[in-house]
Amino acid sequence: MRKYATRSVGIAAGASLLLFAASASASEQDFTQVEKGRYLATAADCVACHTVPNGGRSFAGGRPIETPFGDITSANITPDKDTGIGAWTDAQFENAVRKGIRPDGSRLYPAMPFTAYTKMSHDDVVAIRAYLKTLPAVHNPVVRDTLPFPLNIRAGMRAWDALYFTPGEFKPDPNKSAEWNRGAFLVEGPGHCGACHTPKSFLGGDKNSEYLQGSQLQGWVTPNITNDNVAGLGAWSVDDIATYLRTGHNRITAATGPMAEEVENSSSKMTDGDVKAMATYLKSLPGESNNPQPLKSDDPAMKAGQAIFRDQCSACHSIDGKGVAKLFPSLADASMLRSRDPRSAIRLVLRGARSVATDAEPTAPGMPSFSHQLNDDQIAAVLTYARNAWGRPAAAVTASDVSEARRELRARTD
Amino acid sequence: MARILPKKDVVIVGLGWTGCIVANELTDEGLDVIAIERGPWRDAPTDFPTTYAQDELRYHIRHELFLRPDQTTFTFRNKTSQTALPIRTWGAFMPPNGVGGGGVHWNAETWRFLPSDFVLKTHLTQRYGAAFLPEDMTIQDWGVTYEDLEPHYDAFEYLCGTCGTAGNVKGKIMEGGNPFEGARSRPYPNPAQKQGFAHALWGKAARELGYKSFPQPSGNMSRAYTNPLGVRMGPCTYCGFCEWFGCANYSKASPQTTILPVLVRKSNFSVRDNSEVTKINTDRAGKHATGVTFVDASGTEWEQPADLVILAAYSMFNVQLLLLSKIGQPYDPAANTGVIGRNFTHQCMSSVNGFFDKSKFNFNPFISSGAIGMTIDEFNGDNFDHGPHGFVGGGYLTHAQTNGRPITTTTVPPDTPKWGAAWKKAVADNYLSTVTGAGVHGSFYSYRDIYLDLDPTYKDRFGRPLMRMTIDFHDNELKAAAYLTDKLDEIVKAMGAKQTQKKPRKGPYDITTYQTTHLNGGAVMGTDRKTSALNRYLQSWDVPNLFVMGAGAFPQNAGYNPTGTVAALAYWSAKAIREQYLKKPGPLVDA
Repeated sequence: MRKYATRSVGIAAGASLLLFAASASASEQDFTQVEKGRYLATAADCVACHTVPNGGRSFAGGRPIETPFGDITSANITPDKDTGIGAWTDAQFENAVRKGIRPDGSRLYPAMPFTAYTKMSHDDVVAIRAYLKTLPAVHNPVVRDTLPFPLNIRAGMRAWDALYFTPGEFKPDPNKSAEWNRGAFLVEGPGHCGACHTPKSFLGGDKNSEYLQGSQLQGWVTPNITNDNVAGLGAWSVDDIATYLRTGHNRITAATGPMAEEVENSSSKMTDGDVKAMATYLKSLPGESNNPQPLKSDDPAMKAGQAIFRDQCSACHSIDGKGVAKLFPSLADASMLRSRDPRSAIRLVLRGARSVATDAEPTAPGMPSFSHQLNDDQIAAVLTYARNAWGRPAAAVTASDVSEARRELRARTD
Repeated sequence: MARILPKKDVVIVGLGWTGCIVANELTDEGLDVIAIERGPWRDAPTDFPTTYAQDELRYHIRHELFLRPDQTTFTFRNKTSQTALPIRTWGAFMPPNGVGGGGVHWNAETWRFLPSDFVLKTHLTQRYGAAFLPEDMTIQDWGVTYEDLEPHYDAFEYLCGTCGTAGNVKGKIMEGGNPFEGARSRPYPNPAQKQGFAHALWGKAARELGYKSFPQPSGNMSRAYTNPLGVRMGPCTYCGFCEWFGCANYSKASPQTTILPVLVRKSNFSVRDNSEVTKINTDRAGKHATGVTFVDASGTEWEQPADLVILAAYSMFNVQLLLLSKIGQPYDPAANTGVIGRNFTHQCMSSVNGFFDKSKFNFNPFISSGAIGMTIDEFNGDNFDHGPHGFVGGGYLTHAQTNGRPITTTTVPPDTPKWGAAWKKAVADNYLSTVTGAGVHGSFYSYRDIYLDLDPTYKDRFGRPLMRMTIDFHDNELKAAAYLTDKLDEIVKAMGAKQTQKKPRKGPYDITTYQTTHLNGGAVMGTDRKTSALNRYLQSWDVPNLFVMGAGAFPQNAGYNPTGTVAALAYWSAKAIREQYLKKPGPLVDA
């Protein structure tokens, strides 16, 4: 009885602290607020874009963010007064993060995903600010205006905002579970999954009718992450998705490319409950499932593809395409392989790839490049085979798809 | 003048199996550990990708993964009366190089030595009397027992996912395993690999002759496996490119596929590759190591200070560093004094080829793995009465053909011409129906006139003397080879061979033909500092903050592949460092 009483007092004290934090401005003195901010900054993966990879000072900016319009250089968000955001007020910070408006009134490009971050609350963003204030100030001037004329005229973003930006905090759906709502908040808000996974209009705005159905990024096609049965997560369970986000690996596939970076910096550091909530939400999204009939096994591409698969691929991915759980992806189930746009699958064959290492899954297995081993016809055939051999078929890959991918990749150093 | 780096808790010289094991154990203890590796960084998917790793010319014939003799080499002679000359192309053994060391190119045969091997001198003297041993044989007990090492053998087998059939679990003899092995605390983590037709036929023939044949313990995976560190491996595909090659199919246990993925994630671990340690530094009195000096690829000399120095290079390089750093008394065979360089040995390999009727036997020799094979242990160690035979030691008998690779799998009957159309026809006729190199993995005991020292003439690129090997076979080993090869020949004949070719090892020791890379001794462990360089914990008798890993600690070689024992000793030594040395730095055994 006594114990119980003591504990209630503890909880009450904690709650009042929270209330206090909510009403205060960002303060690096407040552990609760800083910790909340640190977690949200992790969920929002701020560090990824605001740090130069491989050795740049964390949050000091300067990383070129690739967009279809040119590279945009990320800002220094350390508390440095001259080159960072040390001189900003909390209100200015919130305006930038949730509305895309800088202190001088000029507009941010949506490479900074304020269109998603707007779903965070005022308190959330102030907490992130409190966390950022605890970081060492790094003097690192960043040249921000790197886009060519006329895109370098930021005033143009006003019109863009009118077209594509709906400001406003996340509103829970009372008809859904608390878990679903938490997942929806994380996916739509700080997680900004749509930034990479929702197709974009020619102006770079989200095509909301194709929400999370796959887009492109840094020479990769990002997969459909709705519940679509073929190209999406239809074959994945909630646990499969959660395990993937937490460890970078599951029984079906492994994270590589930009998603490896996301897992490493962000989702592997989130709580089990939160990644499960995100998974629950993603599984609830209906996907488009308008897919072709499977190619017949006597189709010449299928026959050639099967022979190549047996020679080149089956040692790891096994004859039945199922691979080895958490080591060699199951091509029988992998949805990325079945993306309508096959460029990521082609890239994996041409370039090979390294999966992400996490504490839970340290192995980080890699796939070698087959670009010298197989010509365009052979790669097209083997991918066509793998896309059709084990159910949930996808359209044939052509040799010209492969040669185009070869040409594009030649220009890429990443 | 060397530039001095910030001090570390531990510096490890060499990042192969033992370097990785000790680094992992000591970083778990919270120590700040740096490893300095002479060769390049190597990782499985990038350095031996399955798209080109199966290249016999590049990796086997041209020695891709090995030390380049122009970086450093050894000099060799058979007898003290001869002048040693430098080895310019590797032959009898293959010094590894680079991260992963020999653990990259090995076959992954993962053996335990027999309990009697660790108390060899005592055991043989008790059973046969001291007079039974050759006068100049210098075998001795290890100072560590099989029981001491059992938990550490177990740890290594579970790290590697070793595949095998247990023969003795907690004293209970198990059907299908090796009944002669020491008691193991639990079975192997994975079942034995599948056997090829020829391997299975050999095992059956051996059974029919009354022997207890069993599958060789293998670090090539029989199924997918996740080790206790959470690192995952995939099933072996029996591609036949194992020894001499790296495996990026994640099927062969190597540091890269079992331990490095975890090690490199630790913030208290770092590596300098392409950096060759030239000296262990000591205080003025030579009683305390202060760190090491190394030279990087740009030729810049650095000093890495550390509280604890771990030598984890290949056996002979460990011995060389001790000699060059003037740690321990160099061995003098004439006076029979000193310990560094003493009890150097190798292996005594013999073989039998069997030629079969090609209309009845198709062995498909290319379907194979590094450690595939059926084996008997009746003639190993002291598993049989040596009284009537006049020699000691032995070896396992096996058919463990690892491949049918095109350049070197050209075994033809002995009466075939050496070249031309007849030779080509014989190669084609015999390729599928020949048992090539059924083997005797013979022990090599130690002798007073087999040793390592610094060469008086030849120097390396830094002007340091090369290591000189003086090594030859003695009658004891050659007698054993003849006897065991006869036994093996009987088994190959019982398989149904129409013709066999016995190739017992003959003297003199030949530096040009490959035997194994199992060179050992030279800095042996023991109970007496007059006859050993290291105490039972692999700690230098002379410099207590120096530990020396590897097969250099073997007082003599047993009739097995050494890696299991090398790794078990590394775990054993790391445990002593963690549980005893760190609490009270100093000698762990009173001299």
